Amino acid sequence: MKLTVWTYEGPPHVGAMRVATAMRGLHYVLHAPQGDTYADLLFTMIERRDHRPPVTYTTFEGRDLGADTAGIFRDTCRAAYERFVPQAMIVGASCTAELIQDDPGGLAETMGLPIPVIPLELPSYQRKENFGTDETFFQIVKALAKPMPRSTEVSVNLLGPLALGFRHRDDIEEIKHLLAQMGISVNVVAPFGATPEHIARLGAAHANILMYPEHAEAAARHLERVCDQPYTKTVPIGVGATHDFVNELARICGVEPKIETTRLRQPWWSKSVDSTYLTGKRVFLFGDATHVQAAARIARDEMGFDVVGLGCYNREFARPIRTLAKEFGLEALISDDYLSVEQAIEEAAPEMILGTQMERHIGKRLGIPCAVISAPVHVQDFPARYSPQMGWEGANVIFDTWIHPLVMGLEEHLLTMFREDFEFHDDAGASHHGGKAVAPSAPTPKFQERAQDTSSDVMVWLACAEKELKKIPFFVRGKAKRNTEKFAAERGMSEISVDTLYEAKAHYAR
Amino acid sequence: MNTPAPIKAQSCAHSPVLKERGQREVFCGLTGIIWLHRKMQDAFFLVVGSRTCAHLLQSAAGVMIFAEPRFGTAILEETDLAGMADANDELDREVARLLSRRPDIKQLFLVGSCPSEVIKLDLARAAERLTTAHAPHVRVLNYSGSGIETTFTQGEDACLAAMVPVLKESQARELVLIGALPDVVEDQAITLLSEMGIGPIRVLPSSRAEGAPEIGENTVFACLQPFLGETTAALERRGARRITAPFPFGEEGTTLWLRAIAEEFGVDDATFARVTDAPRVRARTAIDNASAALRGKSVFFMPDSQLEIPLARFLTRECGMEAVEIGAPYIHRGLVGPDLALIPEGPRISEGQDVDVQLDRVRTARPDLTVCGLGLANPLEAEGLSTKWAIELVFTPVHFYEQAGDLAGLFSRPLRRRAILEQGAAR
Repeated sequence: MKLTVWTYEGPPHVGAMRVATAMRGLHYVLHAPQGDTYADLLFTMIERRDHRPPVTYTTFEGRDLGADTAGIFRDTCRAAYERFVPQAMIVGASCTAELIQDDPGGLAETMGLPIPVIPLELPSYQRKENFGTDETFFQIVKALAKPMPRSTEVSVNLLGPLALGFRHRDDIEEIKHLLAQMGISVNVVAPFGATPEHIARLGAAHANILMYPEHAEAAARHLERVCDQPYTKTVPIGVGATHDFVNELARICGVEPKIETTRLRQPWWSKSVDSTYLTGKRVFLFGDATHVQAAARIARDEMGFDVVGLGCYNREFARPIRTLAKEFGLEALISDDYLSVEQAIEEAAPEMILGTQMERHIGKRLGIPCAVISAPVHVQDFPARYSPQMGWEGANVIFDTWIHPLVMGLEEHLLTMFREDFEFHDDAGASHHGGKAVAPSAPTPKFQERAQDTSSDVMVWLACAEKELKKIPFFVRGKAKRNTEKFAAERGMSEISVDTLYEAKAHYAR
Repeated sequence: MNTPAPIKAQSCAHSPVLKERGQREVFCGLTGIIWLHRKMQDAFFLVVGSRTCAHLLQSAAGVMIFAEPRFGTAILEETDLAGMADANDELDREVARLLSRRPDIKQLFLVGSCPSEVIKLDLARAAERLTTAHAPHVRVLNYSGSGIETTFTQGEDACLAAMVPVLKESQARELVLIGALPDVVEDQAITLLSEMGIGPIRVLPSSRAEGAPEIGENTVFACLQPFLGETTAALERRGARRITAPFPFGEEGTTLWLRAIAEEFGVDDATFARVTDAPRVRARTAIDNASAALRGKSVFFMPDSQLEIPLARFLTRECGMEAVEIGAPYIHRGLVGPDLALIPEGPRISEGQDVDVQLDRVRTARPDLTVCGLGLANPLEAEGLSTKWAIELVFTPVHFYEQAGDLAGLFSRPLRRRAILEQGAAR
């Protein structure tokens, strides 16, 4: 038993719903009690979908439990088939139905429906949402995709985009642009927009593009084994990764790597002098493994940030994230415990968080700007405009998205110069985020608390040093405080004076 | 303009009820925690359930409430399912940890879920054990918010019903109001009644444990919400007596609700008029303004919060709408009977749900407005039907005179918006 306040991932059957909802012509019959239908609103509200998820719930009640819940499942299954006439069905149980052990897969098999019925085994008490997406898509592919003659032209499948994904809709378009430049055609995109008939044609492609390992790695491995299709290992998020991706794909497909970057602005935007202030910004990365991996490379190599912490919530990818962290000289945070993520961020005191909607709230509470790079998603992560993460346009979008939460370069200098101006001061925050100029206040309670915390740690800030510290702009104050304390501790000092503060500053100057 | 329509010889009280069983597009009772944990400021709600329960609580309100929530889920894992002794030990450990982290908690609710009920985890016994362990500082109660036992607002009912047996005994003749309303609305109700000379007035649930009402044979109570059947029964078992009335939605409902209480306490007509005349006029004016877009329009209620029957009474009698179907998760005639009796015969009354079949009826009727859950609203809008999502009716102050116009406004806004966009597109 584990006490949970907020979760990064839902149960695995929600993962199955994300696959089913992304597809067409597929129906999901879910053995579940009343109330599990809440999951529909994730799709209709967050993603603004204009149709209900293709899911029929058995909705059993307490009084059915002693009676014939298996019968309810069979009736529901038949009614769903007759009403929706899908090309294929997936059947499974939610957490409660798993306990009553009706075996939906076995029941559906005996019904003799004239379509493929694919049973799902998703252990709700061990696994989570991303396992559900990956396993469901794998089972569908395993059941429907068979080896077949290759298309005459060089073609690939795009694997992994699904419902409630972070910018999946636009990433597909961006990948299609890259492929078009290389003369590679798209055989099937799946699950997004695919029908079971499309899945059956997967084998005609020459290779697979594994867009999101979280959702399609098992399927890609299966297709490699069964249909002899290699798949790409690079996820093209960021300029460097997109170059690598194009080269990898060209090699796999035996074509020339054609790169056409007229729309790519990110490198110049990053080189231009206005971006100098981004140098060495301390960032903390957290999200799903794929997006964190990509973001780490962009942050360090393309934005010039300093990555001070990174981690992911999906344990399945702990190993590559640990390796990545080591490369950055860090210890990876592998956790789905919201409170421990918050604690890690607070301790690292970054100048910006690149995280999920959960970290956005952590950032709000700690007063640290945050840009969202990964699911879990929120209604704001489904913008009306074209806004991919992958490819050249994705790199442009990421540049804009990441610098938007920050105080702009010249403004940062002005804040440093005139930090006690009555309307243009630290507490007013970044001026392009709207008029919230408040009178300069005493340090926030949070800060006072921390100041007291340190004194209990035998480190005493003399009044004049504390006053000087408060003159440092809010977005670097945390770092200055930590560095000074570390500097003092290393020298066995127990008091911090103004001199200590500036000696530390000189010591850590870059 | 909105003088209540005269009651026809036949009302919906005698209409046949279409009972349906099938897929239900409704929340389970856990959802009530979203508002109960804000209302009861020294209570913590610990759901004993699965990852699905935690995910529901996070998603139900459509947004995450990131102020440190006073609720959480003890997620059952594979090891807990293996043996019962295990699960109880684990629960004790998690509760001890929680209470040491949150010393401000005075009431802890162990909330049963579908999985905890299927594995027959005895939360009543656990609550007794934990009450003894953490006495006198914390009282531990339990109730079920599971989908197999409760629908949406029934969770609040189950929670309040669980509190009734431990309320202190009192022989005082006191009025107790039942139901968790936003503070602003609760205060208005108390002010109106106090001005009539009625008092003291207690409320269940109170915002803090020490303010809990005391109950006995001289207690009279009035429900603020139409879904409090179990709580009503529990109070009656303690000897308390319920005042029967329509629910305080709109000018008419509020007046009838207040009048029933006034009669119980012997308030004279002059006093009643002095207190209610001005707000009644204000409420009527506000409804007139807000309901212009609703007059003559048809409305279809999908089952959701059990507010459907009182709200249909408000929309048909005070806003000039015509109800096509009034669907409710279940119908407690003892509670909603007075509202049902005010609705003229005509609309189909349905109980339970078979959602695809009901959607077929919506598509046939093509009502001007469909009141439904969040899972159905956008799909119906995409079919060209205007919708009002029902959960907003539970999360917004809508009771009593001063909110009557706002209540009408909640229904008219989708219609006004559609009209604006259509005009704009035609320009």
